[in-house]
Amino acid sequence: MNRSTIDLWVGVFVVTGIAGLLFLALKVGNLASFSSDAAYQVQAKFANIGGLKERGPVKSAGVVVGRVASIRFDNESYEALVTLNLEAKYQFPRDTTAKILTSGILGEQYVGLEAGGDGVMLKNGDRLRLTQSAVVLENLISQFLFNKAAEGKPEAKAEPKEATK
Amino acid sequence: MRVADLRARVERLGSGVTSYVHRLGFASRFLAYLVLHSGTALRRFRLTIAEIYFAGVLSLVIILVSGLFVGMVLALQGYETLQRFGASESLGVLVALSLVRELGPVVAGLLFASRAGSAITAEIGLMKATEQLSAMEMMAVDPIARVVAPRFWGGVISMPLLAALFSAMGIFGGYLVGVQLIGVDAGAFWSQMQAAVDVRNDIWNGVIKSLVFGVAVTWIAVFEGYDAPPTAEGVSRATTRTVVTSSLAILFLDFILTALMFTGGSHQ
Repeated sequence: MNRSTIDLWVGVFVVTGIAGLLFLALKVGNLASFSSDAAYQVQAKFANIGGLKERGPVKSAGVVVGRVASIRFDNESYEALVTLNLEAKYQFPRDTTAKILTSGILGEQYVGLEAGGDGVMLKNGDRLRLTQSAVVLENLISQFLFNKAAEGKPEAKAEPKEATK
Repeated sequence: MRVADLRARVERLGSGVTSYVHRLGFASRFLAYLVLHSGTALRRFRLTIAEIYFAGVLSLVIILVSGLFVGMVLALQGYETLQRFGASESLGVLVALSLVRELGPVVAGLLFASRAGSAITAEIGLMKATEQLSAMEMMAVDPIARVVAPRFWGGVISMPLLAALFSAMGIFGGYLVGVQLIGVDAGAFWSQMQAAVDVRNDIWNGVIKSLVFGVAVTWIAVFEGYDAPPTAEGVSRATTRTVVTSSLAILFLDFILTALMFTGGSHQ
């Protein structure tokens, strides 16, 4: 085989290889969908973030409007300080509520935003005052069992002692 | 009598270990020399292009076909398990992550070792056995710079491209079986995949993996060829050793790299 044919095939090979990489980056990894430059940051404190991870989605009405930028522990209030990157094209009122929710029963956790009624919009560096922590299943169960026990039903009395240990 | 027997055994064990360490040292020196003297291979890039043709283009068919089938099998097997938990929409995530993180680089590396690595070893070993390398040295041409380095760089360049094509083809195979054959929703297949796969954590780490495997496989292949005893038997043994050693090296390196890359906890 002569040189130019080899060059041609190597060229085809390199181009398809790079096309494969681009396919992985754009179609599979979705590099293009979220650009971080047009974003503003807000912070929120949570008593418990559950299983929230950095880069987790921030949703409002089910639509992804941003990502979790960082999660830190605030040593003064003993709470989790979560920084959210919100896309600049989505503006929220200042009294927006942030909740930590779970998608599905066993799905990943995300931050859900519920817009308030304030006329002033959130700016870069603002803090969300109204937050709701992640639901911890153990607390929920023990609460339920204590309520049952408080009702004083005879068949419920034996259960809480064992379950709340 | 028994003491002498025992002593002979210990000596044999010792000499085995020493010769192995000796070979490893020679191989490292060989790699350093090869990288330092690869100026010719990079200046006269046509030499390297010819090797990319042999190592990369000619491996294309086996890589693409294997990738397609691996992806199709992943989709079939994954669907069986996922639909039990009502999570068949996550099929795209399963196929993409397993291919991009692990199967793409590893299986492409194993195929590359047996398809291209063995050919490189056999070629260099045969050149040595027929004294072509000595003839070059007689003509003041450095055989490492002229013969070995272009093959090395050709393999190193080809491997990441082959692994990327393997993964892309596998995801396409998973799409064919998952969406076209089984009937998973196409939108959910792609969007869940795009939400779960991260460019830096998953795809870029996969590329780094395949690059490391490429260096390891071609290094082993050119070294085994260069070090092969110049006989028919020696060359055939060296070829076998290339495939075995580089397959083990890929799996070992994969463990190390996975432990380094995917245990940080900051991703997903």
